[in-house]
Amino acid sequence: MSLDKATVRNIAELARIEVREEELDHLAGELSNILTFVEQLAEVNTDGVAPMASVAAVTLPTRKDVVNDGGYPQAVLVNAPDAIREEEGGFFTVPKVVE
Amino acid sequence: MTKLTNLTIADALDGLAKGEFSAVELTQAHLDAMATKRALNAYITETPELALEEAKASDARRKAGKAGSLDGIPLGIKDLFCTKGVLTTAASHILDGFKPQYESTVSQKLKDAGSVTLGKLNLDEFAMGSANITSYHGTVENPWKAKADPAKKLVPGGSSGGSAAAVAARIAMGATGTDTGGSIRQPAAFCGITGIKPTYGRCSRWGIVAFASSLDQAGPMARTVKDCALMLNAMAGYDPKDSTSAPVAVPDFAKALTGDIRGLKVGIPKEYRPDGLSDEVNKVWEKGIEWLKAAGATPVEISLPHTKYALPTYYIVAPAEASSNLARYDGVRFGLRVEGKTLDDMYKKTRAAGFGAEVRRRIMIGTYVLSAGYYDAYYTKAQKVRRLIADDFARAFEQVDVILTPTAPSAAFGIGDNSDDPVTMWLNDVFTIPTSLAGLPGLSLPAGLSTDGLPLGLQLIGRPFDEETVFKVAGVMESAAQFTALPEGV
Amino acid sequence: MAYLIQGETCDWEIVIGLEVHAQVISNSKLFSGASTLFGGEPNSQVSFVDAGFPGMLPVINETCVEQAVRTGLGLKAQVNLTSVFARKNYFYADLPQGYQISQYDLPIIGEGTLLIDLPDGTTKPVGIERLHLEQDAGKSIHDQHPSKSFIDLNRSGVALMEIVSKPDMSSPEEAGAYLTKLRSILRYLGTCDGNMQEGSMRCDANVSVRPKGSTELRTRCEIKNVNSIRFVQQAIEYEARRHIDVYESGGDIKQETRLFDSGKGETRSMRSKEHAHDYRYFPDPDLLPLVISQDFVDGIKATLPELPDEKKARFMGEYGLNSYDAGVMVAEKDSADFFENVAKGRDGKTAANWVMGDFFATMNSDAKYTWTNPPVSAENLGRMIDLIKDGTISTRLAKDVFIFMVEEGKDPATIVEEKGLKQVTDTGAIEKAIADVFAANPDKVAEVKAGKDKLMGWFVGQVMKATQGKANPGMLNELIAKKFKE
Repeated sequence: MSLDKATVRNIAELARIEVREEELDHLAGELSNILTFVEQLAEVNTDGVAPMASVAAVTLPTRKDVVNDGGYPQAVLVNAPDAIREEEGGFFTVPKVVE
Repeated sequence: MTKLTNLTIADALDGLAKGEFSAVELTQAHLDAMATKRALNAYITETPELALEEAKASDARRKAGKAGSLDGIPLGIKDLFCTKGVLTTAASHILDGFKPQYESTVSQKLKDAGSVTLGKLNLDEFAMGSANITSYHGTVENPWKAKADPAKKLVPGGSSGGSAAAVAARIAMGATGTDTGGSIRQPAAFCGITGIKPTYGRCSRWGIVAFASSLDQAGPMARTVKDCALMLNAMAGYDPKDSTSAPVAVPDFAKALTGDIRGLKVGIPKEYRPDGLSDEVNKVWEKGIEWLKAAGATPVEISLPHTKYALPTYYIVAPAEASSNLARYDGVRFGLRVEGKTLDDMYKKTRAAGFGAEVRRRIMIGTYVLSAGYYDAYYTKAQKVRRLIADDFARAFEQVDVILTPTAPSAAFGIGDNSDDPVTMWLNDVFTIPTSLAGLPGLSLPAGLSTDGLPLGLQLIGRPFDEETVFKVAGVMESAAQFTALPEGV
Repeated sequence: MAYLIQGETCDWEIVIGLEVHAQVISNSKLFSGASTLFGGEPNSQVSFVDAGFPGMLPVINETCVEQAVRTGLGLKAQVNLTSVFARKNYFYADLPQGYQISQYDLPIIGEGTLLIDLPDGTTKPVGIERLHLEQDAGKSIHDQHPSKSFIDLNRSGVALMEIVSKPDMSSPEEAGAYLTKLRSILRYLGTCDGNMQEGSMRCDANVSVRPKGSTELRTRCEIKNVNSIRFVQQAIEYEARRHIDVYESGGDIKQETRLFDSGKGETRSMRSKEHAHDYRYFPDPDLLPLVISQDFVDGIKATLPELPDEKKARFMGEYGLNSYDAGVMVAEKDSADFFENVAKGRDGKTAANWVMGDFFATMNSDAKYTWTNPPVSAENLGRMIDLIKDGTISTRLAKDVFIFMVEEGKDPATIVEEKGLKQVTDTGAIEKAIADVFAANPDKVAEVKAGKDKLMGWFVGQVMKATQGKANPGMLNELIAKKFKE
């Protein structure tokens, strides 16, 4: 599959990674090569085969509905690049969003 | 007396128990060695004060008769494991300054066993790579040098390049690694040490920076099979905080090293001998088969017909999962933030600045294969082929008890070789990836040297949760191989 | 009769589907052990898992699974014994992982039905498409700072049930009836408190229109996060008319997501949702398929309370209530239980009148009255009705007794005793009182005898006053009539 610049721009948008205009061609080339490589899978006959989402041979374990976590806002906020830290809590901050 | 840093974990535990030296002395010897080998760039963060504190506490425990299974043993921790209060970077710019407020389950278990933390070891960024050349904190150098060109710097393999280099250079007695497509086994082979990726679910993933959730596994890297068994004993175990953790008991892996493999059937997959397989890799594989025959095992030719599709399968599944797992690196709650005019602007600038080229490539491929219109053709298709690959192994294990293959298609190559085409780089993992896709345990041990004097590794693959057989066979091969070569300066 | 909007060119029908996000009642979150309590200090109910820190992993809360199954059973829906959690990938400040753990291809609950109650007393079935479990996002606050938005992740990870209806509704009224009924069922089951103001139940409305009689499905728009039933109805009305205006002026509706501006009563396009979202759903590799057993489901089924529809039918049959009264009584489980405690072993209609009349009026008059602290207990109200039945008090006296019960909290027998409110049934006493009034008003007696029947009421009133309201009304009427005939 050969990707064009527009597609690469779209993928970069979905992935929220800024790609400079001058990088687009080279990146499109690299990604196209990779896709060509992985497309060999089309040769494999997979009729009637169920997709394998996990190699773990168990079903989903559950936990009891008890409150045993949270309650440490300072630890949650301490690594934030920008935050409002208050006595009992605080907020992460981001550039203002207009809805 | 053997230099303290040349001891194996088993021998060190013995020496500590006998009072031949203290944990503090053992740790100090390693800290001194680390200072002489900074050129390798194996460590991102050294933690000498913490290490000495832990060593002191270890000596006190031992004195009180309360020594744990790894008490006093100085280890390096791959910088993909979150360590409380200690910088954790995943070798990425985007985690600048991140000091987790929690400790990963596996590294905590090692602490509970009494081990000492020397520091955080370098790796490929977000564990994506086979040469440790994508780290934001610089490339790692293999302590081994080729005879023909001793000045040339070689890669240690990846992604656990720092871990492998440190153990090989004797600046850590053992190290943790993670393996998603070969990241423990391949660097172990390149650096002449032993490493095992256990069965998926054997070790907890809680607190390990996630790359590809259905493939990632933590595992030990050390200089002997027994050392790996001792480490895995401490690292493994069911964790209710990880929904993919297997609720199975952990046997004493060290006890599996009985040395007796008579009657065992060893599978030799014909697809692992493609046209163009290097002569010396082939030779060491043949030697391996001879050793096992001599020990009473029977080699059996098997077929794993979907082997050649493992690489493309992996390079759809792993990037897809990674593209989602790495969405949380957005400059809001931790790590790097590049300011932007709007929220989206901040995301785009932060992630562009924070991620390296290989990580960006994989995120973009992953995003693409999951996107509308392409999901069935790529992702669903890959998950189906994955099942076929796993079925190949299941069928093989009806005939054999363990499978023997080379670990890597070559010995360590030069830093700067092969780095143009990502796909060529990916071929380094061609022998290790199938095992990861099937979730099986895989171990690499050094079996010989190339004509250039560089280590070559052999891989043993076992049934799910049968690390014991893998260890047992590895122990026998290790005895037969008598791999005593050392990298320079050790 | 179908709801139609008259357009310029023809009459139009509305096609409505509703998606309700209902917060699950549980102590801790869907995939983490942090608390779900409303109103805590910001970021104080957040675990590292909820905040999407590196290496964190989800573990599912068994109670949330039970609550989803319970709700599915309450909606007469198919329970899928195997279901899969999928990641819905998108970027937003209140979504720390960069994806929401939800369900896509295989939800825990499949198709079901909800009967809505229409004002004319009829019911109409509305199809349920599916119900699935998913994480709620955190909260963004945009008005605390000129250039920054503040993020509170307390709500991040709380369990939500997304309940999707089929597009079976055709009027704002039906939409309102659906939400009312759904809310009632959720509260009966104890799986969601249905508090739209607090945000524990939110509604997205999908609206399209088509010419009357057509079966086509035209482009729909989604109006997101409307937080009251009234606003949902207003939004639907506005949006339907907007579509009709566009079509009738020759234009086309493009699919988009909109917000309802309750101040203006209008919907408007959401600026931030301009790109078509590609959510790249895939099964969450940190979670295995959820497998529940039929035993598990049956165990929950056995604990289901009687639901509104069944209870309403039973009240109509057992207590003789009409459809409307029964509907009012069962809207909330608490009022239904209260009514039943009053009505058991007594006349249903009498009980209904007292509960729906004096009792509800008092309940609603002061915020201090709740179902845990009612103005009058069910026992006392019931005993009061018994006193009417056995003739100790009249209905008229009972009104006074009721007020005293509210004020003093005592049982009715004690109040009747202490306040001397027994009704007078002594014929002699009543006859004497009648005679006194007759003697004092000979001119009026003459008027009645001359044919002015209406004045009889005046006499009844006077005698009643003379007896401090205690005369037994039935006997009083009888004796006055007799006296006039003398």
